[in-house]
Order: sequence, then C-alpha cells, then structure tokens
Amino acid sequence: MNNQKYELVVVGGGPAGLAAAQEAYDQGIRDILIIERDFELGGILQQCIHNGFGLHYFGEELTGPEYAHQFIKNIRERGIDIKLDTMVLEVTPDKKVFAINSDEGMIEIDAGAVILAMGCRERTREAIDIPGSRPAGVYSAGTAQRYINMEQWIPGEKVVILGSGDIGLIMARRMHLEGAEVEAVLELLPFSGGLTRNIVQCLEDFDIPLRMQQTVVEIKGQDRLESVVVAEVDDNFKPIKGTEYEIECDTLLLSVGLIPENELSEEAGVEMSSITGGPIVNEGRETNIEGIFACGNVLHVHDLVDWVTEESLIAGKTAADYLKGGIAKRSKAIDVNPGENVGYIVPHKITNKVDDRKLVNLYMRAKQPMADVKINLYAGDKKLLDKKARRVEPGEMITFPVPEKMFSSNDISSLKVDIVKEEK
Amino acid sequence: MGKKVEITCISCPMGCDVELEIDDNNQIECMEGNNCKAGEKYVRNEYYNPTRILPTTARVKNGVLPLVPVKSKDPLPKEILEEAMTEIAKVELEAPIKLGDIVIENILDTGVNIVTTREILKKKQ
Ligand SMILES: Cc1cc2nc3c(=O)[nH]c(=O)nc-3n(C[C@H](O)[C@H](O)[C@H](O)COP(=O)(O)OP(=O)(O)OC[C@H]3O[C@@H](n4cnc5c(N)ncnc54)[C@H](O)[C@@H]3O)c2cc1C
Ligand code: SF4
Repeated sequence: MNNQKYELVVVGGGPAGLAAAQEAYDQGIRDILIIERDFELGGILQQCIHNGFGLHYFGEELTGPEYAHQFIKNIRERGIDIKLDTMVLEVTPDKKVFAINSDEGMIEIDAGAVILAMGCRERTREAIDIPGSRPAGVYSAGTAQRYINMEQWIPGEKVVILGSGDIGLIMARRMHLEGAEVEAVLELLPFSGGLTRNIVQCLEDFDIPLRMQQTVVEIKGQDRLESVVVAEVDDNFKPIKGTEYEIECDTLLLSVGLIPENELSEEAGVEMSSITGGPIVNEGRETNIEGIFACGNVLHVHDLVDWVTEESLIAGKTAADYLKGGIAKRSKAIDVNPGENVGYIVPHKITNKVDDRKLVNLYMRAKQPMADVKINLYAGDKKLLDKKARRVEPGEMITFPVPEKMFSSNDISSLKVDIVKEEK
Repeated sequence: MGKKVEITCISCPMGCDVELEIDDNNQIECMEGNNCKAGEKYVRNEYYNPTRILPTTARVKNGVLPLVPVKSKDPLPKEILEEAMTEIAKVELEAPIKLGDIVIENILDTGVNIVTTREILKKKQ
C-alpha cells in the first residue's frame, strides 16, 4: 500500500471542504490535502448554475459555479495539495484515511486531523416508497440537474415534480426554459419549504401550478413513465380516497429531501444526531472523536451555501488550533437544546474555552412556519436574550448570535432556545 | 374601469401579498398589503418593469464538459427570457473558456451581455 502523511486531510472538495482548508491554511497549517471523488473541485455548486448564492458572504449575487470559483482560486493560490478522482473509503478513529484512485491505487494517509465535508445526497423513490411500476423516467431532481446543466441531456418533455423545496422549484424553471412542459409541482405539506422568491420566479413567472397537500400515489408505465396518479392528502399525509386524478407525463422528478452523507463518519465511530442525520459537534465543529471535525451539508443540510462557508471557516480554524497544540476546555460543557418549535440547533454543545471569542452563532431551524415571533434563549429557567423575527420558515436557517459573556460563567450547563408567538 | 393586480413581494422573507389597483391610464391608484417602504418600491418596479437574471447553459466544443453555464450579466425584461434562451441555444463555444467570457453581446438589443460563469478546460486528447 502507498503510505502518505499529512497534518490535515479534508474529505470532500465542495464549498465546505474548500473553505475549511483555506482557513486552516490561513491559520498557519501548511501540510493540507483535499480529497475529492469527482473530476474537479466545487461540489454540488458546479451543477447549481442559477443565481442566488453569496448575498451574505460576498455581498453580491453569484451563480453556484461562480461562488465555487472564488474558493477554488483561493485554494490554488495557496498551493494546497488536491487529489481529484479519488474516493475516500474509510476513516479510522486514530485518523488514518484510506482512499483509492487509478493513478496511485490504494492510499493510506496518516492524518493529524481530519475534516469531514462529504456533503449530502438526495432521498430516492425507495426512501419514500411510491407504489407502481418501475419505468424509466423517474429521477431525483439533483440528478436531473446534473444531466441538464453539465451533461447536456434533457430527461423528458412532460414533467411532474414532487416536492416544492428549492431544488424542485429551480428544476421546474430549468425544465420549462429548456422547452419541457412542467405539468405541476406537488407538495405533501400545506406549505412550501422553498424560498418565496423561488416560488415567484420559478413557478408564477411561467404559470406552473403548485398544488399543496397532494402527492403521487402510483407510477404507471411499462418501459417509460406514462403517467402518475395524484391524490390529495389529509393532515397526517394519508391520501384521501376519491381525490385521485391522473397526470400524463414522461418524467417525474423527486425533490423529497436531502440526507447528510455519513457512512464514513459512522464507520469511524463518530456520534450521530438522529435529527440532523449528521455528527454531534461542539461549537468548533469537532465531533466526539478528538481531531475529527465536520462541516457543511454532511453536518446538517443548509439552505444557503453562505452559511456552509461560515461554518466551515469555524471548522478550519478549530482544526488548526487543535494541530497547533490543542484547545482549552471549559470546566463544564454546555448542552444546547432545542425547545418549542425548534427542530434542531447546531452546535449541539459548547465545550471550548476561547479567549478572544466575542460570540457563538447558534444555527437552528423552526419546525413550523410562524409569523411575528420571539426567539428566546434560556439558561436553565433564566431567560438570557431574545430576538424578534417577522417570520420563521422551516426552509430557512435562523442564525442566533450569543455573546460569549452570556455563557462564560461556569455555572451554566445548558442552553435552550424556543420560538414562540410574540405577545402584543 | 381599473383592474386589480396581485404581486408577492420578495424583498424579504415575509413575502407579503400585495394588491394593486390600476386605473385606466395604467397608474397605480392604490397599494395594499405591503408592510414597508422597500416593498412598495419592489412592487412598483415589478409591475412596470419586471426583470430577471437568466442563468442557463451554452454548448461547448472540445471541452472537459459539453456545456458551460452562462448568465445575463444584468437582469433582462421578464417577457424576453424565452426568446433569449433561443438566441443562446444557437451559440457554440470552443474550449478553453474563462469565467466571464462574453458569449453574446447586447442580447436582443437590451444592452445586456450574456457571460460565462465558470471556466472550461480543453479536453485532453
Ligand atoms: C440541488 C441543490 C440546489 C441548491 N441551491 C442553492 C441555492 O440556490 N442557494 C444556496 O445558497 N445554496 C443552494 N444549495 C446548497 C448548497 O449548494 C450546499 O449547501 C453546498 O453545496 C454544500 O456544500 P458541501 O461542501 O457541504 O457539500 P457538496 O457541495 O455536496 O460537496 C461535497 C463534496 O464531497 C465529495 N465527496 C463525498 N464523499 C466523498 C468521498 N467518500 N471521497 C471523496 N469525496 C467525497 C463530493 O463529491 C462533493 O464534491 C443547493 C443544494 C443543492 C443540492
Ligand atoms: S413588503 Fe416589506 S415586509 Fe413585506 S415582503 Fe416586501 S420588504 Fe418584506
């Protein structure tokens, strides 16, 4: 076996891996390797050719490839080592990374620290279990996006899209502009998880109907998809008998959610959260295994790549601190717990003592849409801080900055956030 | 007789549904449902002159990929998006391509250029 040694190995060359590697370099670490299984860096951004990226981080609206380019350029300028077309097969708890590519064969890399940045993958038909035949023409929306935007192949002419998250909405516009007929976008929930802006600019602009509380109950067709049977659902998402109708189509795109890609993390023994599907981390994005960090969509699915960047810079910095001689710990760790109408909070705990730190950002998602709310932070029963918001949506991540001085006391052992209607 | 128009404001996550009353001279007579001034400005512009950035792809010869993503450098009038797609479909570029290369200058006399949004290296033979 081909043996190599690096101070820091970053698994995945998407925006998360790139920002983490860049920050670790800027913090003084020089011996860094990024491993990417695709033929180029950039991750999922290379297929997201639409605009809407970078408003927070760069202050201007970029397309996915343009956003990725900024970081690829930074990595090149710093001369950070990259292995492309290389698949990481295993990461061990003592930070050995096993990878394979066609030039070098099997590689064993001894790493001082590892940053997991493998991104996420899409839920498939199997995951949501739609009955019926198994004809060609059923794709996940992200796969179709790669075909259309990178491989010059349009999956079909008459399309139904299941799922009204941003990927579903973006693909509705894309298929329409490429000349396909988009018959409808169906959403199981009574609300769309997508940005209002995408509903307006991807559907309403082109009169594409969005039908709430409906789902596909049957797929029909022999070799090729011929139609789907759609039904309305009740509040428990059960199809309502008698509401079925059929839509003729040759293509069904599934945009039914993303799952962090964590086989490697689990095999390494990284402790996972059943809610986010990603590792449990502290505020430095360190997992339960010392020296193994995680950031980006592998940790939790982000709505905006800007937050991926923000988070990955944190992971890169902590990894550098770790390599430079370790991180001071608080005498007591603080558990960060979701309260009412909060789905999850990352980080899951605060464990580090960092002298020059002014605040820690808590990232969270609401469970239900709600207007005119107060987001409250508690330590035990004591309220520390609140913040008003006009509106919260499960689709949009909420950032809640908490000043260091609020929790620096060693008495604090847990924080809780809830989102409640503001009393007028 | 005037008419009523509904526009969803997308200037912020509130996504207010705004209702306009338009008089016979195509003037906005009254606006209801917007929560703030920024919304008013957006809705006014969206009624008189809705524009969009158009992101799509153009064909590439001899590149590592058969397509390069492109966009309109500035927003285009909404009603010409489909026509612009037809224009862009006529183009075939030759790799290597740099980010920001002009694909079509002044598309459909709008004064807006179509530019590439990534680099495409030449395919190794
Ligand atoms: C379809 C879609 C549309 C989106 N639209 C928007 C939008 O409009 N605006 C916005 O701000 N954000 C958007 N996002 C979100 C944004 O693109 C992601 O949040 C961001 O790309 C996540 O970055 P990442 O680096 O965590 O993951 P990725 O970009 O997925 O990168 C992970 C990388 O790791 C590599 N990898 C995985 N496993 C291995 C392995 N075992 N060995 C080697 N390499 C491996 C993968 O090949 C990939 O390159 C969208 C996401 C998707 C999926
Ligand atoms: S009107 Fe104001 S509050 Fe309402 S969506 Fe527009 S900007 Fe937001």
